[in-house]
Amino acid sequence: MNAKALLIALLCATPALPQGFAGLGEATAGFALPEPGRHFDFPADHGAHPEYRIEWWYLTATLTGPDGSDYGAQWTLFRTALAPGGGTGWSDPNLWMGHAAVTSADSHRFAQRLGRGGVGQAGVTAQPFAAWIDDWHMISRASPGADALSALDLQAAGPDFAYALALDATGPLVAQGDNGYSVKSASGQASHYYSQPFYAVTGQITLDGRNIPVTGQAWLDREWSSQPLAPDQTGWDWFSLMFDDGARMMGFRLRDAGAGYTSATWIDADGTATPMPPGALTVTPLDTTPVAGRDIPTEWRVQLPGKALDVTVTALNPQAYMQTLVPYWEGPIHITGSHTGRGYLEMTGY
Amino acid sequence: MTGLLALLSHWRRHPVQLAMLLLGLSLATALWSGVQAINAEARASYDRAANALGQDRLDRLVRRDGAPIPIATYAELRRAGWQASPVIEGTYSGLRLIGIDPVTLPEQGRPVDVGNLGDVIGTDTVFAAEGTAVPDGLTLQPADLPTGIAVTDIAVAQRLLGGAGISHLVLDPDAARPALPDTLVVQTAQNGTDIARLTDSFHLNLTAFGLLAFAVGLFIVHSAIGLAFEQRRAVFRTLRALGLSARALTGVLLAELLALAIIGGLAGTAMGYGVAAALLPDVAATLRGLYGAEVAGTLAFRPGWWAAGMGIAVAGTLVAAGQSLWRVWTMPLLAPAQPRAWARASARSLRWQAGLGVALMMATVILGLGGTGLFAGFAMLASLLMGAALLLPVLLTAFTAFAQGRAAGVLPQWFWADTRQQLPGLSLALMALLLALAANVGVGTMVASFRLTFTGWLDQRLASELYLTAQDEAQAARIVMWLAPRTDAVLPIWQADTPLLGQRAEVYGVADHPTYRDNWPMIDALPGVWDAVAAGQGVLANEQLYRRAGLRLGDTVTLPGGALPIVGVYSDYGNPNPQVLISTDQLVARFPDVPRLRYGLRVTPDKAAKLAADLRATFDLPVDAVVDNASIKALSLRIFERTFAVTAALNVLTLGVAGLAMFASLLTLSGMRLPQLAPVWAMGLTRRQLAGLEFARTLLLAALTMLAALPLGLGLAWVLLAVVNVAAFGWRLPMHVFPGDWLHLAGLSLLAAAMAAVIPVRRLARMAPTDLLRVFAHER
Repeated sequence: MNAKALLIALLCATPALPQGFAGLGEATAGFALPEPGRHFDFPADHGAHPEYRIEWWYLTATLTGPDGSDYGAQWTLFRTALAPGGGTGWSDPNLWMGHAAVTSADSHRFAQRLGRGGVGQAGVTAQPFAAWIDDWHMISRASPGADALSALDLQAAGPDFAYALALDATGPLVAQGDNGYSVKSASGQASHYYSQPFYAVTGQITLDGRNIPVTGQAWLDREWSSQPLAPDQTGWDWFSLMFDDGARMMGFRLRDAGAGYTSATWIDADGTATPMPPGALTVTPLDTTPVAGRDIPTEWRVQLPGKALDVTVTALNPQAYMQTLVPYWEGPIHITGSHTGRGYLEMTGY
Repeated sequence: MTGLLALLSHWRRHPVQLAMLLLGLSLATALWSGVQAINAEARASYDRAANALGQDRLDRLVRRDGAPIPIATYAELRRAGWQASPVIEGTYSGLRLIGIDPVTLPEQGRPVDVGNLGDVIGTDTVFAAEGTAVPDGLTLQPADLPTGIAVTDIAVAQRLLGGAGISHLVLDPDAARPALPDTLVVQTAQNGTDIARLTDSFHLNLTAFGLLAFAVGLFIVHSAIGLAFEQRRAVFRTLRALGLSARALTGVLLAELLALAIIGGLAGTAMGYGVAAALLPDVAATLRGLYGAEVAGTLAFRPGWWAAGMGIAVAGTLVAAGQSLWRVWTMPLLAPAQPRAWARASARSLRWQAGLGVALMMATVILGLGGTGLFAGFAMLASLLMGAALLLPVLLTAFTAFAQGRAAGVLPQWFWADTRQQLPGLSLALMALLLALAANVGVGTMVASFRLTFTGWLDQRLASELYLTAQDEAQAARIVMWLAPRTDAVLPIWQADTPLLGQRAEVYGVADHPTYRDNWPMIDALPGVWDAVAAGQGVLANEQLYRRAGLRLGDTVTLPGGALPIVGVYSDYGNPNPQVLISTDQLVARFPDVPRLRYGLRVTPDKAAKLAADLRATFDLPVDAVVDNASIKALSLRIFERTFAVTAALNVLTLGVAGLAMFASLLTLSGMRLPQLAPVWAMGLTRRQLAGLEFARTLLLAALTMLAALPLGLGLAWVLLAVVNVAAFGWRLPMHVFPGDWLHLAGLSLLAAAMAAVIPVRRLARMAPTDLLRVFAHER
């Protein structure tokens, strides 16, 4: 999910607020750079890494209601440092942005929160684990000794929706890329990246004041970096696939003027992760939908020959568009073909 | 082309006429565009101020005790779901520093467009008006802000203000409001319409004056253009006879008028800039003092009113020239070139004028009886002034006819008849003079009445010798203990806000004390009013509430904790809000949270100054926490004087323009009247005698106009005081008359008339006898 960096990069390409929010167009001088060979240190790495410029806690859930209706939920907290180095209170250089959404087949509701660091309005603590912005939160309720992310309470609300979900991991944390060092482009940009793709979810979503009990699965991505992406990269298509047989796949394509750059990690049902070589994954748009005045691919063919994967993914709601500071498409998908299951799709730059 | 040159040669031969035309046009434009410039500048300043204080339009969270809000409380509120944005305010090196958090500040509360967050957060950027001197180490980012206000990121403000806490939190109007901790209260947004309404009526005042001045100026233009057209009738006829079509002739004349309008308009707009620049500091001071509205004292260049000034000059010229142009257009080719008696009003047109005037006066009466509201008030003013102006020539004609009938001797009879003969030519100028004089009398009476009432009211209202505002309730309690042995009485002045009849109303609690019983400026009350208030069985309402809601004594108003009847009404000038008074006990019972910070202190007046000093020293109070009534009064009066300084200046200017209109008309007539004067001269009257009679006639007409202006001005004052003020401000002022001022004004008007007459009369007195003789030789 390193591709999320592009979201931040996009933020800096748009005028006014977003540009300042990301500040990624500037030099990275003073920030730490991702390095291969760095080992994750939990629970500390669950918390924030202010020495890096950008970071996120990104959770997507595929849910089902009592009548069999499908839903999707998103909870995201971004951190951006405007400057390297510390600063306390109001002088803390970190800005935080939260996005939350609930998607059904016929509606897509979302909300955004902004906050600054240093004053307690938004932030992440590693021990005990808590990530929050305003009254939205992702809080650990893991038993002592267990990984802090193995059990989470999740909550967010917008003007016309709310949700409260309990997440329990049924598998281990998964390091993406080379032991968590995830390369993003041919020119070597990278991030530190791990995931928890094995959550079982129970809880409740509220749409227009109507409470709907839900169950399902969820996927959490943790990623941090300092590097701006290559200027010729115009957007990305990112897939998190949760197959019915318990296996998982994370894959993305960064689009540029040429063939683009694809990357994928295959995750067996027991959590064993296999990084696939760049280019092994191919993704092909099959159908587009007019969304917010542009055409966005909402049906894809996803192929990973090394794992005999050849599936079609279809959006639950093709209009799952996030009209936030920087707009992007993010929504639940259905998987058919060589494998079946559900997942999440994110697309930017269309 | 030749036609144009032939027409233009007229102006070369009549430079004074050209000068009058241009002067009239440019003066009219100047007054109009000057007032517009002032209004535009003031409005732009309000907009800036409203933006800077945009947060005032949003509800706020503040600490009940007024102390800064800790950051931890802010974080707790956010995490509880409050969409509140922190603001740190303070004074730093002479600037009012507003520290905002651009990340959370709602769109509606943004004082400036901060641009990119990254260019603000973590930088030392200060947004302030261009040219503001910012302290070392800070970077000025010019912004459309009022002078003296600086906006920074909250981190900068906190550092500069020495680690200050959050002054208040601005609330997102659309967000939900969860439960609130006990220490905090929501402060409802100040409704900006109050200031807008007050300042609007001030600007309306100015605009009305501007229009009046413009109308008066157009009289000059009309008379000058009319004269120029009449004098050129021969030329027109010749040109038409030579083959110039009526269309071409009208076109050429139109082009000439447009050229004149543009020259006059340019000069006038430039002069208007001067008028505005001269008056603006006073206007700024007025608005600041009166309404707390900050207006920059300097004038910015606004292309808008240059365009508007030119537009009104051209439009005004066309209106003034319309009649003359129409005559040229319809003039028969073979019409005799003999000049008609210029603008001679036939008996029919006089009757028509009289009819319209009477109708307008009746409309005034009907509006006065049936109309309510500001619009009816101004409609009344307009119909009153127009009707009176139309009736003036009728009345003067009747008067001169009457006087002629009573006159003994040939010369007096000729004098009156000749005066009547001249009236049609002078009537426009006299109307202008009438309007200017009536405006002077009316506005003067209103201002003086207001002043008299206001000072009396201040004396009543500010009955306590000292007024104290404590910083928090604990301090207030300590101070009251300390004061007990040192004062005759310590009277709580506690105030709560509540919605009342759809408006935010102030509720004051008053102690049962002779200070109120003896002094309160009651307009109307039931018997035993103070006993009823003290017993918690009634409220007092201010005049604004009483009149706007159309209440009567005995009607009830609903307050938290139950309705109470109105037992009395008091005047409350200068306050745009509805207000009620109840006893202190009732206030505390109905509003348990009311801040208990303000007190009125009764002491022997000669001890007040020392007590104030002791208070400040003992409790380390800021200077403005203890104020004596004398300085409040002085301040209020100073503000008051400033308010009307501008009105007075415009008054004088309008009168000056009316004088010029007289001069233009007299000058016009003097050239045309030779055929009437020559026979009288031939019969033995000397030129000096003739000139003397002319002079006397002018003064007489001015005096008669002044006489007519008196009742009109008083009527105007009555409408302003009893109708416009009630509608605009909610209070009605008693009318006081000041005959001394009238004498002064009468003197001024005679002086203006004399000055207007002096040149034409001197010209007559020194006229070569041959010119008079030539009248008989010339059969024109």
